[in-house]
Amino acid sequence: MPSILKVKGLSTTFSGKHGDTTVVDGVDFELGKGEILGIVGESGCGKSVTSLSILQLLGKKGESSGVIQFNDMNLLEQSEKAMRGIRGRDISMIFQDPMSSLNPILTIGKQIGEMIEIHEEASGAERKLKVIGLLKKVGIPRAEEIYREYPHRLSGGMKQRVMIAMAIACNPAVLIADEPTTALDVTIQAQVLDLLKGLQKELNMSIILITHDLGVVAEMCDRVVVMYAGQVVETADTRTLLRSPKHPYAKGLVHSASLVSNENKRLNSIPGQVPLPGQFSSGCRFADRCEYVLDVCRRSQPSLSKLDKNTTCRCWLYGSKEAVQ
Amino acid sequence: MTYLLNRIFSGIIVIIGISIFSFFLIHLIPGDPVRMLLGQNATNEEVARLTTYLGLDQPLMVQYKDYVVNTLQGDLGTSIKTGRPVLTEILERFPETMKLAAAGILIATVLGISVGVISAQYKGSFIDKLSMTFATLGVSIPGFWLALVVIMLFSVKLGWLPIAQGTGIRDLILPAMTLGVLASTMISRLTRNGLVEILSNDFVRTARAKGLAERMILIRHALRNALIPVVTVIGLQMAALLGGTVIIEQVFNWPGLGTLAIGAISTRDFPLIQGTILFMGVVYVTINILVDFLYTVIDPRVELSAKGGK
Repeated sequence: MPSILKVKGLSTTFSGKHGDTTVVDGVDFELGKGEILGIVGESGCGKSVTSLSILQLLGKKGESSGVIQFNDMNLLEQSEKAMRGIRGRDISMIFQDPMSSLNPILTIGKQIGEMIEIHEEASGAERKLKVIGLLKKVGIPRAEEIYREYPHRLSGGMKQRVMIAMAIACNPAVLIADEPTTALDVTIQAQVLDLLKGLQKELNMSIILITHDLGVVAEMCDRVVVMYAGQVVETADTRTLLRSPKHPYAKGLVHSASLVSNENKRLNSIPGQVPLPGQFSSGCRFADRCEYVLDVCRRSQPSLSKLDKNTTCRCWLYGSKEAVQ
Repeated sequence: MTYLLNRIFSGIIVIIGISIFSFFLIHLIPGDPVRMLLGQNATNEEVARLTTYLGLDQPLMVQYKDYVVNTLQGDLGTSIKTGRPVLTEILERFPETMKLAAAGILIATVLGISVGVISAQYKGSFIDKLSMTFATLGVSIPGFWLALVVIMLFSVKLGWLPIAQGTGIRDLILPAMTLGVLASTMISRLTRNGLVEILSNDFVRTARAKGLAERMILIRHALRNALIPVVTVIGLQMAALLGGTVIIEQVFNWPGLGTLAIGAISTRDFPLIQGTILFMGVVYVTINILVDFLYTVIDPRVELSAKGGK
C-alpha cells in the first residue's frame, strides 16, 4: 500500500516556566492510502499531541522537529500560511468533545460553509447547496432546518455528525479523528463509527483514529500504533496486535480490554501510571510497570526494531538494540 | 418572545416603583415643604395658596391618583421656578444629554474594544500590562478630577478647545472624551478578559483546524462571543449617561438633564425634581429592555434559557 503520510522522528516539545518538556519523543509511523490507522494508548501518552503536531496546531508554546512527509512536502517546514491551506482542505480533523467544538453563536450552516468558503471558490447559493448535501451525507435528518439551527439545539451525536460533515467538506486526503466517540453514548458511538467507516470507503480517505478503546480499534482499524510515554512501542496490523501483542504494554492493554475472556472474570488492569513527561527514566519507560522487567530495561532504552514486515516493537525481549539517545 | 414580555413586564413594575418613590419624595422632606419653598418670611395666606396649588391639602391617596392620571396623560406638573411645564423643561434638555451620552459611549466603545482586543492579542506583553494598568486607574479615578485635568490641559495650557461655553461640536469634545475614557476602561478590561477566555475554547481550535487565519478567528469566532457581556456593560453605561451625567455636566456647564436636576434640587423645585427622577427612571428601564433584546440577537442561546432553563 503506498503511503500518504509519513511521520519520521517526530518530537514535540512544550516550553514552560520550568523549562522545556518533551511530550512526543521520536515517533515514526506511516499512513497508507485508504487506510484506517489507529493510535492507542492511555491518557497522557502523547496521542493527541502527535495529531496536533501533524497539523501544526500546537500554539505558540509547542515546537516540533523531525519529518512529516505529506505529498512530497515536509509539513514541519511549511510556513503558517501554507499550513492554513493544508488544514481542512488536505488534512482535516475532528475532536473529542463535539459539545464544545462548535461555536455556540454561529449556525450550523455557517460553520460548515466556512470550510468551503476558505478553501474553494463557490457562490453563496452553491455553498448552501453543498452544505445541505453534506448534512444529508452524514445522516442528519431535516438538513434544511438544521442548516439554520444553532449547535445548542443538537444532541452530542448530531454535533459530532456536523463536525464530520465539516471535516469532509473539501474531500480531504487525510482525516484525523481524535477520540471521536469518547464523549458520546455507547449506542451513538457505534453509529458514528459506522458513518466514519462508510465515508472512508466512499471518499477513499485515509483516517488516523486516535482512541484508548481497543474495541473501537478492532471495529475500525487496519493497523495500529501503540504509544506509551511519548514513544511508539509497537506497530502491527490490528488482527496481529489483538491476537498476539508483543510489547508487555500492548499485552496489558489487550488484556485489560477484556476482549479475551479470562477465567476469574475480573477486569485486568496495568498497575501504576504513565510517567509524566519530564520524568522519564533513561531506561525503558515502561520498566516500572512491566512484569517481565530485566536488568537491562532499567539501564538503557530499547530501540524500535522490526520483527517482521508489518510489526515493530520497542522491547528488550524482542531483540531490540540500544536506542540512540 | 416570552423572554422579552417578561422583561417588559418587570420594567413596568420598576417604573411604578420609581413613580411611587418620586411621588412620596415631597412628603419625605421633614417639615412643611411649602414653607421651606417659600422661605421663613412667607405669610400664612401665601402658604395656603401654594399648598392648594400643589394639591397638598388633598388626602394622600387622592394626590397619588391625580399624579398617576396626570403623568399618564403626559402632564408632569409645572415647574415652580419657571412656571413652564416640567415635561417641556425636560424634553428641552434631553437632546443635549443624549448628544453627550452618545458621543461618550461611542468613544468608550471604540476605545474600549480596540484596547481590549489588542491586549488580548498580545496577552502578557508590555502593551497588555500597560493598558490594563490604565484600566484599573480609570475605574478608580473620579470623573470630576479627570474633567478638571482635561480642562487644564486642553483648554487652559494648550488652548485647543473652549471651556464651557456652548453646545457645539468643539464644546462637546472635552466632556465626551472625559466620559468616554472613563467608561472605556471597564469595556476594555471586560473585552480583554472575555477574549482571552474564549480563545482557549475548543471551537477556536476547530476554527484553526479549518485553516482559518488568526485574524479571522478573532473577528468571526472569538470577538462576538466575548462581546456578549460587554454589550450589557455598554448598555448600563449608556443608561447611566442618559440619566444625566450630573457631575460632568456641571463641571463643563453642559445644559443637559444633569444640570437641570441640580438646579431643581438647589431651588427645591419639587415638581421638576419629581419629573426628572421619573424620566431618568423610564430612560434607564427602556435602555435595559433594549439591551435584553439585543442579547437575543447576539446570543441565540438566550431565548431558550428563558423558556424553562434547558
